[in-house]
Amino acid sequence: MMDLVRTPLIDLWNTVPPDFQYLIVVLAQVISVTVAVVLTVAFTTYFERKIIGHMQSRIGPNRVGPLGLLQPFADVIKLLIKEVVIPTRSNRYLFIIAPLLSIVPALATWAVIPLSKNFVIADINAGLLYVLALTSVGVYGVVLAGWASNSKYAFLGAMRSAAQIVAYEIAMGFALVGVLMAARSLNLGEITEAQAGGFSHWFLLPLLPLFVVYIISGVAETNRAPFDVAEGESEVVAGFHVEYSGVAFAVFFLAEYANILLISALTSIFFLGGYASPFEGWRFLGDDSFLRMGSFFWLAVKMSAFVFLFFWLRATFPRYRYDQIMRLGWKVFIPVTIVWIGVEGMMAWMQVGPWERLAS
Amino acid sequence: MSRVQNYIKTFSLWELWQGLSVTLRNFFRPGITVQYPEEKTPQSYRFRGLHAQRRYPNGEERCIACKLCEAVCPALAITIESAVGEDGTRRTTRYDIDLFKCIYCGFCEEACPVDAIVETRIHEYHMEAAGENIMTKDKLLAIGDKFDAMIAADKAADAKYR
Repeated sequence: MMDLVRTPLIDLWNTVPPDFQYLIVVLAQVISVTVAVVLTVAFTTYFERKIIGHMQSRIGPNRVGPLGLLQPFADVIKLLIKEVVIPTRSNRYLFIIAPLLSIVPALATWAVIPLSKNFVIADINAGLLYVLALTSVGVYGVVLAGWASNSKYAFLGAMRSAAQIVAYEIAMGFALVGVLMAARSLNLGEITEAQAGGFSHWFLLPLLPLFVVYIISGVAETNRAPFDVAEGESEVVAGFHVEYSGVAFAVFFLAEYANILLISALTSIFFLGGYASPFEGWRFLGDDSFLRMGSFFWLAVKMSAFVFLFFWLRATFPRYRYDQIMRLGWKVFIPVTIVWIGVEGMMAWMQVGPWERLAS
Repeated sequence: MSRVQNYIKTFSLWELWQGLSVTLRNFFRPGITVQYPEEKTPQSYRFRGLHAQRRYPNGEERCIACKLCEAVCPALAITIESAVGEDGTRRTTRYDIDLFKCIYCGFCEEACPVDAIVETRIHEYHMEAAGENIMTKDKLLAIGDKFDAMIAADKAADAKYR
């Protein structure tokens, strides 16, 4: 019975030229990942409001749908039907293109993220460089938005954001040099494989300072609290997106949360073994236990933990002063990463402690 | 020595963890939100909400148009016109309170020698058209008639403190 349906379908598929088959498969992967990211972003905003609400002894959204679960859709519909106001003397072309410039890198980076052992859209060897390149491009959206708005507040916000992202990009890059030395590969899949074998094999412990620097730089990179001076409402109203409304604002919003998810995924991959299971070495769980298998489930768990951390930080800390942000980036993080790269190299060379594996 | 300690404290993010622990502890505590339309917070019997005019048990209006409330009103929200009534007593022909001017201070209630004007506990009211903010004498009396039991109980509860 099944063959009656399946055989013609397989035949039909085989008549498609191989190039087109590849194109169709990749397109399907791209669309599924994009839709998944956008839906996750929608619910991330919901969870942010819930988590911060509970941390402030409130409840959070609970009116739209059961437990307020439809709240993100209500927000989206509200933003979609609002008018997009384009300021009179703004640069219209750049004003429209700026939100797109910030969303495209946030979504395009997902191409090289290995979501599980067999699922990665583009398995390229320079994955790490691709990630670094695209996350840097994201700053153009912010800068152009601030410039095109023809508003002093937007311009100030954009300047702050640009300086901050450039500063923390360097610390981030240096932190990734440590990961690169340990994994001996730029391919994100191979970086994950290098950490296989349970949580004692993760880069978390030998590269702990780099991990801390990376996650804090990630928070600064996405312009999230406590590093959100780019949209510090007490000083520059809403920063680079003051003049944006409706769909254009929604796109910035989407980009911000897609970047949070991205940084969470990247941190999981670089330091916590990505899709690898933390219990791979635990034989007593059984030979084919679900908990011992590396799968998307583990990546999702690790990502959720980091997303929670983002919101936890936002609920806890007041906004950093701007000169302190710069001091932390240039005078603390960059020296710390450079020192730890040296320490890592020495330890691996001399076969000490948890670093000895890295030299093998 | 203290410099070394300071370095250890800084690089272990000790103070940040202290702050994070506060928010995490509150994360697991139940919220204190009151779900307003379904749940309500306790309300004092002294609550000063929408105004009402009262009557004596025999149905006679209490108000004698002495205009003390008009005089004491700091927001000039009360307008009174008076005349001699059919039974030869002094009565109001007009008694308007502009709710947009009113600051709900309760001075009119304090000033009234016959407990005619009172502020009830009613606070969930709204206006749908221009002019509805003027509480006329008829409207005030209607509210007084409708909520007389509640007003009397609140007055009785407050009597021993006066």
